Amino acid sequence: MNAPFHPGTIPLDQLELGGRARVLSIDWDALDQGEACRLRNFGFDEGVAIEPRHLGPFGRDPIAVRVGRMTVAIRRRHARAIRVIPVGPPNSLT
Amino acid sequence: MNPLPLVAIAGNPNAGKSALFNALTGARQKVGNYPGVTVERKSGRLTLLDGRPVEVVDLPGSYSLDPVSPDEAVTRDVLLGRQAGERQPDALLIVLDASNLDNHLRFALQLIDLGLPTIVALNMVDLARRDGLELDQAALARELGVPVIETVAVRRRGIAELQSALDDMLSAPRCGVHVAVKNDLLHLQRRAREIASAAVVSETPVRRWTHRLDAILLHPVAGPIILAAIMFLMFQAVFSWSAAPVAWIGDGVAWLSTTVGSALPPGLLRSMVVDGAIAGVGAVITFLPQILILFFFILLLEGTGYMVRAAFLMDKLMHGAGLSGRAFIPLLSSFACAVPGIMATRTIEDPKDRLTTILVAPLMTCSARLPVYTLIIAAFIPNHRLMFGVGLQGLVMFGLYVAGIFGALAAALVLRRGVLKGASGGFMMELPKYQLPAVKDVALGLLSRAQIFLKRAGTIILGTTIVLWAFASLPQAGPGQKQTEVSIAGHIGDAIQTVVKPIGFNHDIAMALLPTMAAREVAVSSIATIYSIDSPDDAKGADTLKNKLRHGWPLPTALAFLAWFVFAPQCISTIAVTRRETNGWKWPLFMVGYLFALAYIAAGATYWTAVALGL
Repeated sequence: MNAPFHPGTIPLDQLELGGRARVLSIDWDALDQGEACRLRNFGFDEGVAIEPRHLGPFGRDPIAVRVGRMTVAIRRRHARAIRVIPVGPPNSLT
Repeated sequence: MNPLPLVAIAGNPNAGKSALFNALTGARQKVGNYPGVTVERKSGRLTLLDGRPVEVVDLPGSYSLDPVSPDEAVTRDVLLGRQAGERQPDALLIVLDASNLDNHLRFALQLIDLGLPTIVALNMVDLARRDGLELDQAALARELGVPVIETVAVRRRGIAELQSALDDMLSAPRCGVHVAVKNDLLHLQRRAREIASAAVVSETPVRRWTHRLDAILLHPVAGPIILAAIMFLMFQAVFSWSAAPVAWIGDGVAWLSTTVGSALPPGLLRSMVVDGAIAGVGAVITFLPQILILFFFILLLEGTGYMVRAAFLMDKLMHGAGLSGRAFIPLLSSFACAVPGIMATRTIEDPKDRLTTILVAPLMTCSARLPVYTLIIAAFIPNHRLMFGVGLQGLVMFGLYVAGIFGALAAALVLRRGVLKGASGGFMMELPKYQLPAVKDVALGLLSRAQIFLKRAGTIILGTTIVLWAFASLPQAGPGQKQTEVSIAGHIGDAIQTVVKPIGFNHDIAMALLPTMAAREVAVSSIATIYSIDSPDDAKGADTLKNKLRHGWPLPTALAFLAWFVFAPQCISTIAVTRRETNGWKWPLFMVGYLFALAYIAAGATYWTAVALGL
């Protein structure tokens, strides 16, 4: 299930690699309790800076996402539940 | 006498807890289990500057005191003083990854709130600096209200300072402890971010090593190729690097056998010591070098942070087979031994994912199969060099590993369509920074594996070998009779042979199969013992055993024997750990049943194909 639509926002799985964004909302109901708990533990939260960095070699899944100072791998299905606002183009430095 | 003061080490996974634990305790470690649960308890001893001993316990890594796994539940219960078999810690050592403060501080705040005397080790400060992060240690200590010590555990830096801080803390009079858990994660997370930003002096983005490496190692094309190359190198190394030390140990065993043989008077005692104990145990410990090389690679892959990348690369394929990328680590550990592999499945949250992983883990080629594979390959596969320095023997070994992997994936797929039907769970994992593991940490890991292996050789394997020797030697054959035909083991072998004859197994194999239930490597010692008893005057050692097999077994039988071992669940420890992890006999019995059926079919198919091809 996708997060509710807001103009100017996209689900995390559609953000291009290296594109920087901020988390607007997370559809916790689309995740089961354990998944939601893990996402929170990894620091996924409203307002957090986020950047997709790597894609799995088969079927572009899972996605490795930079959250704060950590890199966390999640499945595409989970990324769809996270709505983000893009804030910048791919960063050439990191 | 009062028990020693207890210091608990706690922190997030990947904060460097184990390295810090190793740095503090050295080789004085004990690995056990908490009663009633299958969570490892790692403890060790530390001597304070004034000579007082302290016990240090390394708690399982957690993200919070709100457990999502049995490991995390143990961490919480120990800290709250509610864990059976553990006293409440007198002090707490929190390990933080310096470059990951905003995440790790959340758990640290929750821990500090428990009110135990606490020290924070600000670990991996070197990596943080390399990433352009300058931290203010004093500001952090002020905000947290506890002492903060900078450490680089893998380089053993900051350890003396940490010891002296522990010394001060344990000398101070104890105040009362209030143990109430703050569970408002959102509030804790915000506070963690505030403190983290207060502690950061400056941050200059630099090109980070981890990102450069990930750009190559997680590359959609290069990544999987590198992973395959690493796996291949690993299995080639197990076979080729070990050749010399294996020969040394073999020579040593032969020497011991001759020396003891000539010192003892001929008779049953000499037969028991030389043909039973030395031949049997000797045949198994010859494989110690290979097992250590395999564990060396696994420890290195874990220590550098590459193992998690491998899980990332493999997730989609594992998902296709109804598993998760998380299953990759337990399954890869199962190449060393299925027992820690099955225990490592506890990190898989989804119960069906986890059960599927447990049921297929024994198909991964564990190190106990190596002695069997090595012996048969050395006896029957010519040592041709193919191209690029790759040998035919190594290639066959690789093929057996691949057969195990595909067997596991196929079995997982069938299980997920059948008895374990249902949607599969998720995959979420932190990709930690790459780092060079300390030589000492790898050495300690290898030491503990060698100890476990040698302990097994000295107990289970020695015991079963002597029992087999007794069964194979008694009653003694009269003139003109063959010992293997009149003995108890011979009669048991007769009964088993009626079942395994259709798949090409001979009487020697039939006799060896029963004791091999104890552990797979017993197959080698059993066959060694059987041959030793049958022709007691021949020279001993792996080399001659190889020659005896070469002349005694037809090639299709040898190949069928190899195929059997790809699948057969001949390991009491695996069955026992499966029972413990699944809380009952249902799943271990299912596992044993389906694996024996597969082994029988695979060995039969191999035998009859080889016979049809005229091999």
